[in-house]
Amino acid sequence: MLVLERVSKEFRGRRSLFTSGRTVSALRDISLAVERGETFGIVGESGSGKTTLTRLILRLDMPTSGRILFEGDDMARLSAAAMRRLRARIQIVFQDPYASLNPRMTVHDIVTEPMLIHRATLGLDQRTRTARAAELLAMVGLAEQHLHRYPHEFSGGQRQRIGIARALATGPAMLLLDEPTSALDVSVQAQVLNLLHGLQQRLGLTYVFISHDLSVVRYICDRLAVINRGEIVETGQAEDVFRNPANTYTRMLLAAMPDLPSL
Amino acid sequence: MTEPPLLDIRDLHLSMTSFDGEAHVLAGVNLSVRRNEVWGVVGETGCGKSLTGLSISRLVPSPPARYLGGKILFDGRDLLSLDEAGMRNLRGHRIGMIFQDPTTNLNPAFRIGEQLVDVALAADRRNPDILGVAARAGRRARRRAARDLAVRTLAEVGITDAAERIDAYPHEFSGGMRQRVLIAMALIGRPDLLIADEPTTALDVSVQSQILALLAGMVRDHAMGVILITHNLGVVAKACSHVAVMYAGVIVESGPVAAVLRKPSHPYTRALMSSIPTSGVRRGELKGLPGQVPNLIKPPRGCRFAPRCAQAAEACRAGPPRPVDIGGGHMAACLKPGPAAEAA
Ligand SMILES: Nc1ncnc2c1ncn2[C@@H]1O[C@H](COP(=O)(O)OP(=O)(O)OP(=O)(O)O)[C@@H](O)[C@H]1O
Ligand SMILES: Nc1ncnc2c1ncn2[C@@H]1O[C@H](COP(=O)(O)OP(=O)(O)OP(=O)(O)O)[C@@H](O)[C@H]1O
Ligand code: SF4
Ligand SMILES: [Mg+2]
Ligand SMILES: [Mg+2]
Repeated sequence: MLVLERVSKEFRGRRSLFTSGRTVSALRDISLAVERGETFGIVGESGSGKTTLTRLILRLDMPTSGRILFEGDDMARLSAAAMRRLRARIQIVFQDPYASLNPRMTVHDIVTEPMLIHRATLGLDQRTRTARAAELLAMVGLAEQHLHRYPHEFSGGQRQRIGIARALATGPAMLLLDEPTSALDVSVQAQVLNLLHGLQQRLGLTYVFISHDLSVVRYICDRLAVINRGEIVETGQAEDVFRNPANTYTRMLLAAMPDLPSL
Repeated sequence: MTEPPLLDIRDLHLSMTSFDGEAHVLAGVNLSVRRNEVWGVVGETGCGKSLTGLSISRLVPSPPARYLGGKILFDGRDLLSLDEAGMRNLRGHRIGMIFQDPTTNLNPAFRIGEQLVDVALAADRRNPDILGVAARAGRRARRRAARDLAVRTLAEVGITDAAERIDAYPHEFSGGMRQRVLIAMALIGRPDLLIADEPTTALDVSVQSQILALLAGMVRDHAMGVILITHNLGVVAKACSHVAVMYAGVIVESGPVAAVLRKPSHPYTRALMSSIPTSGVRRGELKGLPGQVPNLIKPPRGCRFAPRCAQAAEACRAGPPRPVDIGGGHMAACLKPGPAAEAA
């Protein structure tokens, strides 16, 4: 469904009095394929290039080299109209449920905003949009009466549910989940992980799940790629990678993982 | 027991006033820490971990804080009745702190070395052993000794080339290195008790495990007692000798780490543990914990966990359950402690 072929991304460093504008190589030669309906994990430490990768997939940034194909189409070659349609099919859920919702918008406006942005593609009138917002809230375990409240009236877990409802508003086929639970307490994280799993079962969604939390990745992902300094160092079935890590960096990550010992 | 505890918190009650009303945020906290013990304090956001740590350093601003009762005995002396001058003598020197709030941490405008030297000089004023220079030594000699100590301490916390890097500014260090500097800063006065509030939460797992190993070394070498505040039970399993589980301002379960994690006996501890995806849990079968933490302005009557507890009964709402020893210092504040049928 999503294919990356030898994707690289460099950032030109700023030229200053002292540096000659060194380029930062954020991603190097990334190749991977995400299958329809699976959860594909991307694991890496801070600065490894995870967020850069999501920006490339969302086409908020262009790769320096390589191709990204979504449902067989090379993103770089799509017409503006086709790109708009594609944008409605890939949505993102951000890490920080406190920062990612506009505090001045009601839940109704937050959830219907993507439908408004993509109204040309979706063609929903206002009544339908509101009805759909209510449906989405029910789907993520909130209620219709929450529509007219503001983000500050919700807990972290509830805000992340609102973020998920917003991401589902355009009826996407794929969700990019960039550390969706790392700002949450474990009990709330469990609720959100269960919700994501249930939604995937119901809606047949494909997930790209980005995280540095190995226990969460093991739990939620079918397959995964480990990235270190912009390069994929290991990829495979999640369970295999955890049982028999092939790469030294992966082994180091697993050894450092503060897991509860199996008691 | 052989030695009296270094720190003994007894039935501590604290309220905080905000415009919504007065919240009873610590409701009878009991915790004692001996030398060489590393106590993990765990619990979900807002349960009172930081306020417990800040109370020991007497750094909770009052108002809005009001201590309603209890004692904080440090070496037998009640810190709640000590004045600010007395507390200043203990802070940094006998009680070290690593704060959760990043704004109280490093000053971006000063070199790392200068910040460490200031702390060392202040500690030396109270305990001349710290620098080990003669009382009549001049300012220059004292400064030089403080700088040497700063370099040694940075090296101890694992900063390579400490002598060269000591003149760097905070922004020239990575997050992990800055965290080590903060640990160095808390340790340079050689405290007997270290309170570390989420010292590794923002760090990558590889850096985190280095820092936890470092702390363990420090405990061994200096016979410190440590309170390690975290919300990560994995960190506790790895780094602590003891653990206290907090819920809504109460320590609901505590004791040696192996006993508590192997035989979680309070329903909240069990719920917390079953929320963590461990290797045995199949997808979609994570248990979690329904509901939300209570409002502490109007806390639930009796056991504060009752509204979310599957085992709650009428008796649970009569009054707050007292902590009982269920064996070897393993305490649980529950009317029906013990492994429930569903605990693995
Ligand atoms: N706009 C930019 N200009 C220059 N360098 C950048 C830019 N965006 C990212 N980088 C660099 O690219 C690398 C990868 O960054 P990225 O944000 O993708 O990491 P990440 O894996 O998401 O990290 P984290 O876990 O901390 O969010 C880093 O070295 C970063 O400094
Ligand atoms: N300055 C303050 N004024 C009013 N209430 C406060 C203040 N500081 C903390 N509280 C309240 O006291 C309770 C305990 O807060 P505390 O900071 O100790 O939680 P915590 O366990 O450290 O949480 P976290 O894991 O988020 O750091 C919370 O309900 C909080 O809202
Ligand atoms: S005292 Fe009662 S309500 Fe509280 S945890 Fe125990 S069983 Fe549950
Ligand atoms: Mg990122
Ligand atoms: Mg805190």
